[in-house]
Amino acid sequence: MKNNGFNWQIVLGFLLSLFAFASVPMVFSQWSVSTDYRWLSVGLFGIAAIFLVVGLRRAFAAGRGKISKITAAILTLLSGAVFGLFVFLAFFMSTWLPKSTGAPQVGQKAPDFTLADTSGKQVSLSETLSKQKGVLLVFYRGYW
Amino acid sequence: MRGIQQNIDKFTAAEVTPIAISVDSTEINRDLAQRYGFTFPILSDPNLEAIRKYDLVHENAVEDGISVARPGEFLIDSTGTVRWLNLTENYWLRANPADVIEKAKALK
Repeated sequence: MKNNGFNWQIVLGFLLSLFAFASVPMVFSQWSVSTDYRWLSVGLFGIAAIFLVVGLRRAFAAGRGKISKITAAILTLLSGAVFGLFVFLAFFMSTWLPKSTGAPQVGQKAPDFTLADTSGKQVSLSETLSKQKGVLLVFYRGYW
Repeated sequence: MRGIQQNIDKFTAAEVTPIAISVDSTEINRDLAQRYGFTFPILSDPNLEAIRKYDLVHENAVEDGISVARPGEFLIDSTGTVRWLNLTENYWLRANPADVIEKAKALK
């Protein structure tokens, strides 16, 4: 088999790695995040790895130049770094949260508060509760 | 929060008001509400008043000096009692709106 020409497998593997990295924040910002989309990204990284392996074998087969080998090695290393960063962000850094042991538990009273809404109007928990059967409080990190 | 907005009719039917809280300013919240069409209250807690009462302060979460709320969801009944809560262990994961609605419907 002739082994010259563009090593598309290695490039596709690299691009797939970048896409896999970007996919979780993309999903996260567009849809609700009740499903664990991290494994979807891990799957994409897996597909990327297959292409990288095929591309590497091709680059290091007989008849390929030095540049082809170096490019393939660099793209593979970069893909590995991207995967490492993804694992760090998705499985480690995102779990560095305070324990919040002092949060009100089921059966306990929810502390009252009064804060401004988007129009600057003061909204209190107790007043909202007086008109409804309940309130779903959602604390989130925000966008600063 | 998009999950809540998509299910807002179900929350209304259950007579449960979703209220979102973060350290963001009212201006940022206004932009957010407009961009995504949020119709429930989004409250601004820049001084961590409510966030501290619920023990959800994530100190220096963004960079030194910037503390935010760690994600947390509380379903509170009309007597002010917590009926359900979710303190996710990974901020990329949140509660499923369908589960929350089931709990909301059960409120008396």
